[in-house]
Amino acid sequence: MIKKTFLALFLVVLISACDSDDRNSNSQNDGFDRSAMLVNWADNIIIPVYEDLNTKLQDLAVQKDAFIAEPNATNLENLRTSWREAYKVWQHAEMFNVGMAESINYVFQMNVYPTNVEDIQNNIQNQNYNLSSVNNNDAVGFPALDYMLYGLGDSDAEILEFYTTSAEANNYKTYLSDLTDRMKSLTQNVLDDWKNGYRDIFVENTDNSATGSINLVVNDFIYYYEKGFRANKFGIPAGNFSPSPLPDRVEAYYKSDFSKTLALEGMDAIKNFFNGYSYLNRNDGKSLDDYLEFLNTIKEGEDLSMIIDNQFDEADDKIETLNESFAEQVQTNNVAMTETFDTIQLAVVFLKVDMLQALDISVDFVDADGD
Amino acid sequence: MLNRFTVYFNQQTSAVPLSVFRIGFGLMMLISIIRFWSYGWIEKLYLNPQFHFSYYGFEWVKPIGDWTYLIFIICGLSALFVALGLKYRFSIILFFLSFTYIEFMDKTTYLNHYYFISILSFLMIFLPANAYYSIDNLIRKKQYLLIPRWTIDSIKLLLGMVYFYAGLAKINSDWLFKAMPLKIWLPSKYDLPFIGENLMQQSWFHYAMSWSGMFYDLLIPFLLLYKRTRLFAFVLVVFFHAFTRVLFPIGMFPYVMIVGSLIFFDANVHYKIIGVLRNLLKQFNIKSKSIVTQTFSYHYQKQVVTVLAVFFIIQLLMPFRYALYPNELFWREEGYRFSWRVMLMEKRGYANFKVVNPEKGTSFYVDNTDFLTSFQEKQMSTQPDFILEYAHYLGKQFKSQGHEPIEIYVESFVALNGRRSQPYIDPDVDLLKQYESFKPKPWILPFKDEIKGL
Repeated sequence: MIKKTFLALFLVVLISACDSDDRNSNSQNDGFDRSAMLVNWADNIIIPVYEDLNTKLQDLAVQKDAFIAEPNATNLENLRTSWREAYKVWQHAEMFNVGMAESINYVFQMNVYPTNVEDIQNNIQNQNYNLSSVNNNDAVGFPALDYMLYGLGDSDAEILEFYTTSAEANNYKTYLSDLTDRMKSLTQNVLDDWKNGYRDIFVENTDNSATGSINLVVNDFIYYYEKGFRANKFGIPAGNFSPSPLPDRVEAYYKSDFSKTLALEGMDAIKNFFNGYSYLNRNDGKSLDDYLEFLNTIKEGEDLSMIIDNQFDEADDKIETLNESFAEQVQTNNVAMTETFDTIQLAVVFLKVDMLQALDISVDFVDADGD
Repeated sequence: MLNRFTVYFNQQTSAVPLSVFRIGFGLMMLISIIRFWSYGWIEKLYLNPQFHFSYYGFEWVKPIGDWTYLIFIICGLSALFVALGLKYRFSIILFFLSFTYIEFMDKTTYLNHYYFISILSFLMIFLPANAYYSIDNLIRKKQYLLIPRWTIDSIKLLLGMVYFYAGLAKINSDWLFKAMPLKIWLPSKYDLPFIGENLMQQSWFHYAMSWSGMFYDLLIPFLLLYKRTRLFAFVLVVFFHAFTRVLFPIGMFPYVMIVGSLIFFDANVHYKIIGVLRNLLKQFNIKSKSIVTQTFSYHYQKQVVTVLAVFFIIQLLMPFRYALYPNELFWREEGYRFSWRVMLMEKRGYANFKVVNPEKGTSFYVDNTDFLTSFQEKQMSTQPDFILEYAHYLGKQFKSQGHEPIEIYVESFVALNGRRSQPYIDPDVDLLKQYESFKPKPWILPFKDEIKGL
């Protein structure tokens, strides 16, 4: 008897809860199409970005060959232009540290700065180096090219001397060439991997686990925003992590008036990814903004994706007010820089706390037991 | 009344259920330790971190380098000895001490389950769990078929208390009227087969789970006690724990609770379990011997009962100590632990520490990953006592690097049960001037909402 009463009570609770709620919300939650989101990320953002980067690096290699064959001011300028174009595209690629990019430490071989001049000089002198070595992470990639193209001397004439009349001109040319070729081949490998199988693996892995694609990319995205974008581009030069500002830590230090351009590209990449805008035509596809809106229909909470989007826009506006050269900005008016940092910082809280809570994605991969 | 007490404490009951409980408990704990080790968690949780969060007053309990493995060996072996009933009293004391030491090494890993194991093993020190079907019987050449009834009842009381308090804690507005945090957790299980894409996404299902979870916890002790509902209750126990096991990463706990609930059954059931064990051992040519049976009696029953009475009174009052602190318990977490508040909160935080030199007016932010593992950082950013302890650790670190004088401030935000993130700790308070104590922490900013309930 008691058994039946309890069972009946249990059922009544179940049914009444179900009943009342169906009346409130007439839309049925049949889940969010996570697979479509992954397809959008892969086909409209990640692969097109790598393709563009690959094209730009191929062009960089062509210009590099021309420069080595004939190291003159015109060819140097062409090579520099190529480098700038590729560096801008790189800003869209840095956040995706999944698949082969992760396994070969791609990001660390492309954009670790400040570059280590001493290491670069040693490599050039000794001619005996392994560019894939972890010890050379700060002597390769875009920052190393920054030094090779802009930092060797005070004037273009001085820089050209290293590739022409200097006793070690050949060494310099070889290193410049090796750096460029390596960036090109790494990128080609990563792109090939995406095109030859990894794309399908990535799209199909919709699990909510530490190795699920959504978790991986969301964690990469947040890590990039907090570290690669917020700390490296703004916080560290502004002295937010040291007792005083460190102007020589800016991105593209030797091409000094380029750091703001790169930061704006990075901001653009962040907004594109969050909103799912296609890299090529900015069509709006499924991404985290839609996912959060979907979850909001379950939770009836505040519109988090709008809050995050607005914060990105605010950060964008702040960056616009800065000097083209962040190094100069830090030395002349660091307050503007730290204020920009603070605005960027606010979105870290939204992403790491509010968004991760809504998505129920864990940041730590220690798979310890829970309560 | 007094008379009824003496009658009760003189009642005898079969020793078999307690012996089966002992065997189950020992084996479960042995498996837990092996599992913990095999996952590499000893290294990950206790050896790799450069800093450990301590319980107030137990700062001296720390991992001891590679010797930490020895503690786990001791803990595992003593669990095996408990299962065998070999040197039972000594083994269970050793188990209690080693297990509790492990739990106190770093409060990052605090789980109610672990606390439950600690106090259960403490209780078992005082119980004659080796009275029957133990190796001690063979050594001493005597066994006991009857033991005082209160010994088994004390385990039932502890188990029932855990469930009932967990149920009481669920009587709050977030759990019942917002279906939080299940409303966050269940939809994220979209990758479950069959139910992931549909049932788990339904609002009514979140409410149904919240309410039935609350009723389950409150009623299950009574359903297990009452003979006519016992079997049904046990089926519920198995179903509930299996279901939560599928949904959440809760390790060994569901199995421990399922095996533990067997204690509510009659001696007949346990005789059958022992029978199965006997048959199993026969396969290995281990046959049972007949041993002289004696009547068991405590030498110091009065003292033991007094100790356990105090123990239970403390246990019954502990979960209510939060009433001594200002609101809101979930937000401030003063008196939150050791209270069977299980799975009640989805809490995420972000804590950005700032080291200030007040003389020069300079400051810099700390990169938490320089000092903490991601697991520690996650726990630290939502709990005030962690934040304070970490601030003092940072103070020590930076002072030893020559930064002096320094003050440490934190800019922190916490989101609780689906609410928007809010500022958590007063950013204008120098944490180096605050000290841990049992007093309320005035530097926790007020919660901008209300959660009604017990």
